[in-house]
Amino acid sequence: MTKRFKLVDLDCANCAAKMETAIKKLPGVEDAAVSFMTQKLTVTAEESRFEEIMDQIEKACKKVEPDCRIVR
Amino acid sequence: MTKKQKTMLARIIAGAVLLTAAVLVPYDGPWRFALFLPAYFMAGWDVLWRAARNIAHGQVFDENFLMALATVGAFCTGFFGEGEYPEAVFVMLFYQVGELFQGYAVGKSRRSISSLMDLRPDYANLESGGEVTQVDPEDVQVGDIIVVKPGEKVPLDGTVIEGASTLNTAALTGESMPRSVGAGESVPSGCVNLSGVLRVRVEREFGESTVAKILDLVENASSKKAKAENFITRFARYYTPAVVIGAVLLAVLPPLFMGGWGQWVQRALTFLVVSCPCALVISVPLSFFGGIGGASRQGILIKGGSYMEALAAADTVVFDKTGTLTQGVFKVSGIYPQGMEKEELLELAALAESWSDHPISRSLKEAFGGEPDPSRVSGAEELSGRGVRVQVDGRTVCAGNKRLMDEAGAACAEGPAAGTVVHVSVDGTYAGHIVIADVPKPDAKEAVKQLRERGIKTVMLTGDSRASGEAAARELGLDDVRAELMPADKVSIVEKLLSEETGRGRLAFVGDGINDAPVLSRADVGIAMGALGSDAAIEAADVVLMDDKPSKLGLAIRISRKTIAIVKENIWFALGVKALVLALTAFGITGMWLAVFADVGVMVLAVLNATRALGAGRA
Repeated sequence: MTKRFKLVDLDCANCAAKMETAIKKLPGVEDAAVSFMTQKLTVTAEESRFEEIMDQIEKACKKVEPDCRIVR
Repeated sequence: MTKKQKTMLARIIAGAVLLTAAVLVPYDGPWRFALFLPAYFMAGWDVLWRAARNIAHGQVFDENFLMALATVGAFCTGFFGEGEYPEAVFVMLFYQVGELFQGYAVGKSRRSISSLMDLRPDYANLESGGEVTQVDPEDVQVGDIIVVKPGEKVPLDGTVIEGASTLNTAALTGESMPRSVGAGESVPSGCVNLSGVLRVRVEREFGESTVAKILDLVENASSKKAKAENFITRFARYYTPAVVIGAVLLAVLPPLFMGGWGQWVQRALTFLVVSCPCALVISVPLSFFGGIGGASRQGILIKGGSYMEALAAADTVVFDKTGTLTQGVFKVSGIYPQGMEKEELLELAALAESWSDHPISRSLKEAFGGEPDPSRVSGAEELSGRGVRVQVDGRTVCAGNKRLMDEAGAACAEGPAAGTVVHVSVDGTYAGHIVIADVPKPDAKEAVKQLRERGIKTVMLTGDSRASGEAAARELGLDDVRAELMPADKVSIVEKLLSEETGRGRLAFVGDGINDAPVLSRADVGIAMGALGSDAAIEAADVVLMDDKPSKLGLAIRISRKTIAIVKENIWFALGVKALVLALTAFGITGMWLAVFADVGVMVLAVLNATRALGAGRA
């Protein structure tokens, strides 16, 4: 399942790239893209565990860029 | 400016005031550095805080950490007597000004690009039970009736059931000429209704509508990353640690042999300021985003930076003939009588074919201008594979191919012609022939010319006979033509041409998106045209030309080449300045100020340069 989320206060392009790398490494995530331009996160992950995976993603993002928030 | 940016601006001003005050205080004792602390914290407390927090999260080499280290380091060297306190504060201030300006510039260009793609309708006027209410387009069902008033966007795809108006399709196609619509015609979402009120029956849900498809495509474009973009991301991963290691070496090695620790540590700190790769990381995708946005303004949808790269490198363009270079409509293109007037020959042919409903006879009738009088025709005989034989005003008229002429005893010469030839004989005497051909689009010739001027090889694929294919290719000025192809042959021809590509050259295939999905996906770049309202084309292609003008292709290539040029400029400029500043710093020629410029200044310039890509589509 692929879902798209808005990102608030994503201020730095390098952080976006780092977030993308971090999210891609998470178990259960098939694909992820963080677009600094559209301020959006696209995640493809297992449908049954999607919410759980999203929690992990949120944690991983907080680590990289604590100011940025994922709108779920 | 956002609220955050305004607060930052206020802090910078306050920091600058505190710095000036500290410089003016005439105290020169060991506690002098304390005077500068308020200014320093006013300017940079958030940088310090984020640096500490990110280290706690295991993110070591980030911008904040580097800035914090560089300025705290500068303070320390000042304390030990070799540096200046004001410099540390000033560098922090300068950095914040740069960050602010960069954030503002990026935000502004991001918004201006996004607004180009602002096709999304805000509401739909839903009609139910005689009342009209404003609802979210997502809540409208297929079969509902909506009302579109003048000046409003058509929110959903549908069919006009009442009213007539003109539509501005510029946002979808880049075409400025309004399109008129009336009852029974379909209207795509995203157009702006210009004149009359339309009642529209919704044909597709919002999620399936033209607007939603286009938005989806453009927003996802950034996920298909260009090579240049991937290169930069990879580069950034190694660049920062490498510069930091360089800084450590610079701080430790030379003083071991030469002494003068403070000076070398200061140079090393300057290294750290230059080590952030942000200018690159931001300007490359921003340039692509700008190029894609500028192109979409012209009705050219490019599905990602990688396709933009391929378009810019295209050196072979393969066209499908029907529907791409030609209109896919048969028309009389030439009348060559023998022993009679043109009008007479056309009339005879139209009369002879009047019984048939073949596309050829339809185009003959259309050229003749009206229905021929059927009472003049009798005894019509269809001769399969040859043509027709009829009696017109008591004379025997044959119309068909050469075999029919031979049977009728009429001598005719078959020369090459671009299209289908209808020979006519009257009472066994040859009367001439009429050529019926698929009409080239008005700008097809221009489109081919534009490509050839750019040194691009043009090839046309067609199912027509060799003679007619070659004649059409000559007329349009194409380099090469492959004729007599079955639909399945197209893939193998494109594969063969692909294998002939050398080096950086790329092959683009242009089709109308109907039945050519395999070829579209096989080519380096698959381009579908006339896609307004055709989902299949939008999905199968890498680049979509919303209207059906082949000349848009030249424009697409021009925009791509310009965008790629900007990307390259930015990469070389940013890397060049950074390398230069690193070198100058290592030899102690420049100070931290220039280093801050090499970081944020370069970034701002690169961002400004990237926004030029947005205007690449304008003439």
